This record gives sequence, structure tokens and C-alpha cells, in this order.
Amino acid sequence: MRVQGYETGGFYDEMFDEARQPRPEAQLLLDTLNGLGDGQLERCQQAAERILVQLGITFNVYGDSAGTERPFPFDLVPRIVTAQEWDWIERGLKQRIHALNQFINDIYHDQKIIKDGVIPEEVVRSATFYRPQCVGINPPKGVWCHITGSDLVRHSDGRIYVLEDNLRVPSGVSYMLENRDLMKRTFPQVFEGLRVRTVAEYPSLLLDTLESMAPANVTTKPVVVLLTPGMYNSAYFEHSYLAQKMGIPLVEGRDLVVEDHAVWMRTTKGLRRVHVIYRRIDDDFLDPETFRKDSLLGVPGLVAAYRAGKVSLANAPGNGVADDKVMYAYVPDMIRYYEGEDPIIPNVPTYLCWRDADRQHVLQNLETLVVKAANEAGGYGMLVGPHSTAAERQAFAAKITANPRNYIAQPTLGLSRVPTLVGNQLEGRHVDLRPYILYGDDIRVVPGGLTRVALRKGSLVVNSSQGGGSKDTWVLEA
Amino acid sequence: MRGESLPLLSRVADSVYWMGRYIERAENVARFIGVNLNLQIDLPLAPAQQWQPLIDTSGDSEVFKERYGVATQARVIEWLAYHADNPNSIASCLRYARENARSVRETISSEMWAQVNSMYLQIQTQRSLPEPERMLDAFREIRMGCHLFEGVTDATMSHNEAWHFMRLGRTLERADKTSRILDVKYFMLLPSVRDVGTPYDDIHWTAVLKSVSGFEMYRKKYGRIAPADVVDFLVMDHEFPRAVRFCIKSASESLQAITGTPIGAFRYRSEQLMGQLRAELDFTSVETVIRSGLHEYLDRLQLKMNAIDSGLRDDFAVRTTPMTQTQTQTQTSI
Repeated sequence: MRVQGYETGGFYDEMFDEARQPRPEAQLLLDTLNGLGDGQLERCQQAAERILVQLGITFNVYGDSAGTERPFPFDLVPRIVTAQEWDWIERGLKQRIHALNQFINDIYHDQKIIKDGVIPEEVVRSATFYRPQCVGINPPKGVWCHITGSDLVRHSDGRIYVLEDNLRVPSGVSYMLENRDLMKRTFPQVFEGLRVRTVAEYPSLLLDTLESMAPANVTTKPVVVLLTPGMYNSAYFEHSYLAQKMGIPLVEGRDLVVEDHAVWMRTTKGLRRVHVIYRRIDDDFLDPETFRKDSLLGVPGLVAAYRAGKVSLANAPGNGVADDKVMYAYVPDMIRYYEGEDPIIPNVPTYLCWRDADRQHVLQNLETLVVKAANEAGGYGMLVGPHSTAAERQAFAAKITANPRNYIAQPTLGLSRVPTLVGNQLEGRHVDLRPYILYGDDIRVVPGGLTRVALRKGSLVVNSSQGGGSKDTWVLEA
Repeated sequence: MRGESLPLLSRVADSVYWMGRYIERAENVARFIGVNLNLQIDLPLAPAQQWQPLIDTSGDSEVFKERYGVATQARVIEWLAYHADNPNSIASCLRYARENARSVRETISSEMWAQVNSMYLQIQTQRSLPEPERMLDAFREIRMGCHLFEGVTDATMSHNEAWHFMRLGRTLERADKTSRILDVKYFMLLPSVRDVGTPYDDIHWTAVLKSVSGFEMYRKKYGRIAPADVVDFLVMDHEFPRAVRFCIKSASESLQAITGTPIGAFRYRSEQLMGQLRAELDFTSVETVIRSGLHEYLDRLQLKMNAIDSGLRDDFAVRTTPMTQTQTQTQTSI
């Protein structure tokens, strides 16, 4: 394996500096790669791909009810994060999640942040995921965002930014865990001489978090379940994986019933009480009596039971109010308002199209900006200016003018790159990083995360639905 | 109490029960085909005589006739092993077994999932009939794959409520298949009384025994091959794992482990039916069965097992709403 001919292409590279010299933390890994025989890395890569299929580690393709399954592509070359940088990331995420949680709690209670003029009321009311049904609810310990998967990116300036918060139903953590297992199984020699922090404690920490939020009057060991939309959901593998690793029942809406304001599951011995639900169903589908009336996936009466404090839900319904891409622009203000501190990890500068001045700027600079719909995820509803055609820009300009509240724009980030196996050589591919933050009795961040990689040459879109894959993420010991 | 486990979700009980049944069904079909391939080398018959009984055993004679007409080796193997339109083909059974396994992946062990997934992937890649020289091996591999699944299940999964539901499915399916093959073959062989004691007769009865992997064990116990002894062995034996009585004994033990009802009592309809069948098998002699008509006896036996099957659904696995497969949500994806 030869790493010598590798080009950084003018981007920030996670393994090489501007002078194309290996960064100190990557030196040992690069030595190992250099020492591999011809085709060895490719063979390991093929072995890893076979294992993914054999173990059925796949996601379901949306809109395909026949249940087409595909493995989420995996690249063997890991992404390395130094101990020092991780320490900074961890502090920054804890600060941010703490502030976001206070914000959500405030919005559904006193709305002090609106009264104090920090955030316009209109922005909150018009947020797609604001749920008036949740006003006045008091989740146990005041926690609304138990599990978060924030997306971090490193720009060409070498700095890390928060790109999205993903507070609602973040997914991908099973790939963080499986990727590490896959690396150990197919490519054990790369760990030699390095001290990589383990991520294996995640399922235990998640279970601790879920048990910690049981309704206050539960005195026995709480019964925790994971609620999935079912095996045809794109993230079903993850749902069954996490339930298995935590040893808790994986339930579907039809397995649950609400009686006497409490939630029960249908078992072979009759109904059994459920105390905590880690729900992987969106707010809209959770309860046809409260949200979408046509939902077949949820449980009628669930929100009433939750409101009555008979069952806890993770994440708390309504927490998506802070997931709105317009609200995102205000997160630094929230941190200053609730924490009295400056944000540790910066936001990406964001233009809000409903502000006249911002909109003018966006419309005049579409070819350099990334435009996003405020309520879309998965890389949908997005315009990447530098890669767009005049026709696409024209279509977006019309959409923005018609519905300015629904669009934001950001400078095109030159996402950092990591060497990635393409054919039989390494080429730079753009990555982001999604660490997972758990909020129970305290806030914990597992040292690692899901590094998503845009496998198409030059692409900046890392989503699995659009040609993205993933890498193992190595946080080094101090 | 420390580590007290929750009762199983009804939906999960239903899925593991059917996973057990489907794997067992796939294994039986593979074995029937393998035995018949061997038999036709020893004793070539007209194709219809040779292959039609397999279709009769599966209970799909009419569908097959409408679609194919005369039963030839290639047609029967295509239908029984690979055809997606046949819900009981090996490929379909493995697909359903995997669907069920996938829906209870958190309940079974990772090793079990990997094995059922690998069998499914294997048969998916089989687009046409195997080459003649690969034919016997292909079905042997499927059989061994199913045995491996059973072994992995017993060795890696706690023998808990879910395991017992799976064993219930497996043993009821096994008893059903043994009774069916006996029923079909016995009546095909009976008209040939003049052949009693000839090599022809021997080969046929040997094939019946091999269809349930029982030839060697039969020999040890009875020595000479005699129709009444074969019936005794396949229905009444209490040691051979594919004998009907042995299967019902295992099923009844699992049911008892699930309900916790003391032996000799019942609380559920399925327990009552199971207990009655078990007692009947324990206290009936093969002479009585043959005298009163084997076919009638086997017919009644199958009805009783069907009644147990529906009793289990009523007692434990109530499906209140149909599967909702089509509604999807878009959520924060990766």
C-alpha cells in the first residue's frame, strides 16, 4: 500500500498538514498502511463488506415497501481525533445540549427568552416542529433531549463547527458501534501501538439514561422498551440492535395499549406495565389522539399517559422546536442567555431568508451558498450553490421568495477530508462527525461518533440516501 | 426477584413459533427431495410415480397440477425448492423464517440471526436448478444449515419462554411432516403386497425411513423391515426425535414450561388438547391403529395437531391489528 502519491487537493485533511506531512496522531496508522502488501487493504475491505451482508447490517430504502435492504457502505481507513480536540468537543457539546434543553423547557413553559426579546415569538410559533400540545408538560427531571446526535464539520479554516443539532430522533449510533467491531474483526493490526478509546459502553449508558427518567412514583426496576415503527423502517436494524444490546423489549405500536392513563404491553401472560419508552417514532406518528389522526404506527392515548406522568418518553415530544434550521441560528444567543457563557463550538454563519437584508444577500450569492429548507433532513431540499446549474438556482430563488421563512443559507463549507480507499488507492473524501450525547442524571458524550463520508468524488453530501458511507472514529487516549 | 424476566410479547411469541416451524419445514422438504433423488437411482419408476408423492405430501397437489400437469423431477424440484409462488417451497420457508427472525432480532441470539440470514442469502443466489452432480449436495447443505440453526439455537439462546415457543413450532411441524410422509407412502406401498419380502419392498420402506433420517435407528431397534414396525417406529417411538410421539412429548413439555401449569392439569385450551393427544399416543398400540385404519388415524392426528396450533394462537398470540407495513415516516436519517 502506498500513501505517498496522496493529494490533499487544497482541503483541510484530517491526516496530513498543508505541507502534506502526516499529522503526528496519524503517523502510526500511516506507517501501518504503508507496510501493507499489495491488495491487502482491498481484501480487508471486501471481507468487511461480506460481513455486513452476512450479518444483515443494512438500512431499508425509503419508499420501498417490498423492503429492499442495502448495507451502509463502510470504509476501513479510520478518522482520528486527538485527545485534546475531543476534550474541547465534549465540553462544547455539553454546554450546547444543556442550553438547548433549557430553551425547550422555557418555550413550553414561561417563554422568558421570548419575553426578554432574545428570540422573536414568530420564529418559535412558525417552527415546523413546535408542538402546542406539549405546552405545560413537565418531563422527569426537566430533560427534553435525552439522546442527541449533533453533526459537526471542520471547515477549510481548520475549525470545527456545529452544523445541525438533531434533537428529535437521531440515528446512526449502531453504526458507530458496529464499525468498531468490524475494524477489530477485519483489520486488527491497525490498532497496534495506538490507544483508541472504547465506545462499547454506549448501550449501558443509554440504558442508565432511560432508567433514570422513569416516572417518579416507580419504585421497582422500571420496565423500559424501545418503540419502533417496524421492520420496514429505514433504521430498523438500529432499533433491534439497540434493544438487543440493552436487553429490553422491542415493541411496535400495536404491542402497546393505554388503559387507566398507563401504558401496557400485550404479552403471553396478559398486559404488563411499561414505564419508559425510547421511541424511535416521530412526534407526528406517536399518538393519533394528539398528533396525526391517520397514524397506524403509534399508540392512541400515549401522550395523555405521558402528560399524566405515568410513562416517560425519550426523546420528549416537542423537542424538535429547537431542531428548526432557523432556530439553529439563535443557538449561540441561547447559550449566552441561559449559560451566561460564549459558545465553545461555533455555529456556521447562517442567513435567515425571512430577514430582508439576509434574503437580498442570499439571492445575490446563490452560486457560493448552500441553501437549506428549514424543516428537511437527510440532504433533501437543499441547493449546493457551487455545484448547481443556473436552472436549479432559479428554481430555488423562486422558492425562497415564495416562502422565505422556510429557507436558510450558509457559506459552502469545505468539509475536511480523510483518506478513503477508492479502487486500490487512497483518495481524499469529505467527512462530517456525529457524536452522541446522552442526558440523564448528567450529560455524557461517548468518545467517538459516526464519521460519515461522501464517497462520490468531490461530493459534500454525506447522507446515506445520497451516496454516503461511514468510517470508524478513533478518539485517542490522552 | 433478581433478573426476573418479563413475559414475552404476544407478537414475539408468534414470530419465534413460526420461525421454528419454517426452518423445520424447509429442512423436511430438502430431505424429501434428497431421498427421492437417491431412490430414483436405485429404483427407477415412471416420473409421475416417482415424484408425485412428494407433491401429495406437501398437500399442494391441485395447485401443482394446474400449473405443471405431470410431475417430473425438474418440475417438482423447481416447485418444492425454489418457486416463490409456492408458500411452502424451501426458498419461501427460508424467506419467512428470516422475516420472522428479523422482527425478533433482539430476542434471538446474533448467531441464530447470522445463520438464518446466511441460509436465506444462499438460496436467493440459486437462480436455476443445481447441476445434476451438485443436486444431492445442494439439498444436503440446506438440511445441514437447518440442523446448524437448531444447534446454534440450543447452544446460544437461553431456554426461556421464546425458546420454548420456537421448540413448540419446530416439534409440531416435525410431527406433522412425519405423519404426512407415512400417510402418503404407506398407501402407495400397500397395493404391492405381492412384493412383501422382496428387495423392491425393502428399498421402498428404507426410503420412507430415510425420509425422516430414521433408517439407521430403526435397524438398531427392529432389525428386519416390516410395515407394522415402521408405523410403530414413526408414530409411537418415544426415543426417535422425528417420531410423532416423541415430538408431541417435546411440544407438551415446552407448553408446560411456558404456562407453568402442573403436569396432569390444564388452564388453557391448547394445554388440554396437547395433554389429550399425548396420553392417546402414550397408551395406543400400533395394532389397534392399523386395524382401525392407518389413514383415518393419521388424518385425525393431523386435525388434532391443527387444533393445537389454533389453540396456541387463541391462548397466547392474539393479533389484534393487521401488520402495518406501508406507513413510513421520514426521520433524521444518517
